Amino acid sequence: MSLLDHDSAGAASAQQQPRRKNTMRFLRTAPLPVVFWLLLSGHYEPLLLALGALSVAVVCWLTRRAGLDHRSVTFAFALRLPRYFLWLSGSVLVSTFAVARKVWSPRPDLRPVVEPIPTPHLQELSQVVYANSITLTPGTLSLDVEANHIEVHSLERSGVDELRKGLMLRRVRQTEAQR
Amino acid sequence: MSVLEVLSGALLIAGALAVLTGGVGMLRFPDFYTRIHAAGITDSAGAGLILLGLLLRVDTWNTAVRLLIILLFLALTSPTATHILAHAARRDGVPMWRKGDPRR
Amino acid sequence: MIFAVMAALLVTMVLTLLRAFMGPGRYNRILAVNTFGTKTVLFVAVAGFLFGRPEFLDIGILYALVNFVATVAVLRLTHYQELVSDTERGEGK
Repeated sequence: MSLLDHDSAGAASAQQQPRRKNTMRFLRTAPLPVVFWLLLSGHYEPLLLALGALSVAVVCWLTRRAGLDHRSVTFAFALRLPRYFLWLSGSVLVSTFAVARKVWSPRPDLRPVVEPIPTPHLQELSQVVYANSITLTPGTLSLDVEANHIEVHSLERSGVDELRKGLMLRRVRQTEAQR
Repeated sequence: MSVLEVLSGALLIAGALAVLTGGVGMLRFPDFYTRIHAAGITDSAGAGLILLGLLLRVDTWNTAVRLLIILLFLALTSPTATHILAHAARRDGVPMWRKGDPRR
Repeated sequence: MIFAVMAALLVTMVLTLLRAFMGPGRYNRILAVNTFGTKTVLFVAVAGFLFGRPEFLDIGILYALVNFVATVAVLRLTHYQELVSDTERGEGK
């Protein structure tokens, strides 16, 4: 939804300065596949470099055509991401332990609940990050992502309560680009 | 044996245990949604621990880069796939298991 | 050490396959196949280290991608079928 808004806003201003806007968009999309290609190929002969450049161009074109050139992924955001990942892996380990105990206990005590978790005023990208983090943590699972809440299925009530406290949400907000 | 090797071994064993736990949970848990949680142990903790364990015993940088890329891919795609699956199942009306219900 | 990891992965793959055979219902099967794919990626990576051939990791990357795309494709397909059968049922009434 807000992805579409972004896109139409971009298209409107693209009409004023078509050439420059397109180049800017291309430059924003290109670095990721370029780095990816360079890391994976390990061959730097002219022919292969040309083929690589060609494939990067094709990827950029396809990305644009699919409407996926997302402008909220900024460099600063990417720099803040590793720290978030570290914190997330810590909490993943903790909840893995809790769920593993349930798996191995002779009579697992499961009381699954489904509850909405409010996510007020969250950018789309942060919402994706938040929903994915919820799913990545064992014991909680995002069922449905709406405009200002996420439906969460949890193995027990404590998982939902933990999310309600908003520790993860605060981390996501810190990671989100301040604009 | 160096410290790195011991650490890598510990991570690998922990990862193997997590993977095994996920597999057992897939069989033991009573319904689809709870099984997703069990699969989540394999997908996040198991994969992460094993790949980190392997990362500690690489000898060239491009092996390390490949391991990191796999780790990143799995961290991005597995929750997304799980979410789509759960969303589709819910829209399809797959019933939710409550305590006391028979297994399905 | 690596042998233990491979053994655990193999056992888990068998357990996951059991779940895929038993079902019940298509979602349990899709979930099982998806998890099986993740385990295959891990297995390929671990096997590469065991045989001292880290080039296997490229296959792992590819498999991780294909696994994700396959899950999404299967889900779209099943939903497409539902849409088709729903409209057919609707027309039949």
